[in-house]
Amino acid sequence: MEISLRDLLTVLHGMGFGALFMLAFAGAVAELYRMSAPAPAAPASPREQRLLWWYLFAMVVLAWAAVLSGTYMVYPWYRAVPPAGTADLANYPKFLLTSSPTTSKWHSLGMEWKEHVSWLAPIAITMVAYVTARYRRALTRPRQLRTAVLVFVVVAFAATGVAGAFGAFLNKYAPVRGGPAIHLIGGEAEEGD
Amino acid sequence: MNKVESKRPDLTMGPAAVSEETLPNGPGASAILAAGIGSAALGVFALAGDAFPAINRLFTFYRPSGALSGVTTVAVVVWLVAWLLLARRWATETVAMAKVNVVAFVLLAVGVLLTFPPFMDLLQGK
Repeated sequence: MEISLRDLLTVLHGMGFGALFMLAFAGAVAELYRMSAPAPAAPASPREQRLLWWYLFAMVVLAWAAVLSGTYMVYPWYRAVPPAGTADLANYPKFLLTSSPTTSKWHSLGMEWKEHVSWLAPIAITMVAYVTARYRRALTRPRQLRTAVLVFVVVAFAATGVAGAFGAFLNKYAPVRGGPAIHLIGGEAEEGD
Repeated sequence: MNKVESKRPDLTMGPAAVSEETLPNGPGASAILAAGIGSAALGVFALAGDAFPAINRLFTFYRPSGALSGVTTVAVVVWLVAWLLLARRWATETVAMAKVNVVAFVLLAVGVLLTFPPFMDLLQGK
């Protein structure tokens, strides 16, 4: 079982950072809402507040890792220009997509939206982590502060959803491939049935 | 013999919590408004890079990533500078949070809209 280096790093970008960041939203929204509700059933203890802060800090790291690895590692492979006369565009995903009217929108809508909108998420979640750490339980008092935090969390979630969904589709229609092969597990040839 | 119940301290209302209750909203407002500014800057730069080839070239900080490298780097710089300036100005202030929120949400909406390719194309008459 082998995987190419570019495949592996694309998986790290999409599943390791992006998907993990997206999964973390459920916990963040639930905890932020519970903690900052005007009359919480059980006020958050200092330990729970610290836990939430570390949770949000981990989300901040994941969000920045996702956009930075996407912009500076995966995207250059995606938009690599094929040498003149190249017939097989399999290693040039952008040009593979734009070469056919049935797939060109995956680039002009999908990638062009994804590459920009995803950057809203780290900006928003960094602000949310800062405000949550700074105000802790006091987040319940100024209602507008709480509203702003939740709105930015929801927009960050939507932006991540757009980026993640288009990332998955783009990788299906024009996967980023190439680079040295990494041998994962030895296998044995099976006879066809 | 009556059992004397000891009063357990409320861990959620320690000195730190008390000081949190009296924090001005300025630092939070500065972070929220700056996030809105950064989002709008991202959208405006993305549109500018798409609409004008000269700006597109200007934003190409890292050739393999093209203009995306400059668009996002400058937007992040704008966001951080706005945050720094607002945080200094509002460090001890209590500001009209409702107004700050409205402005921040409008800026966030600008950022979302201007990163949406069909809306960018509409603005450029494509």
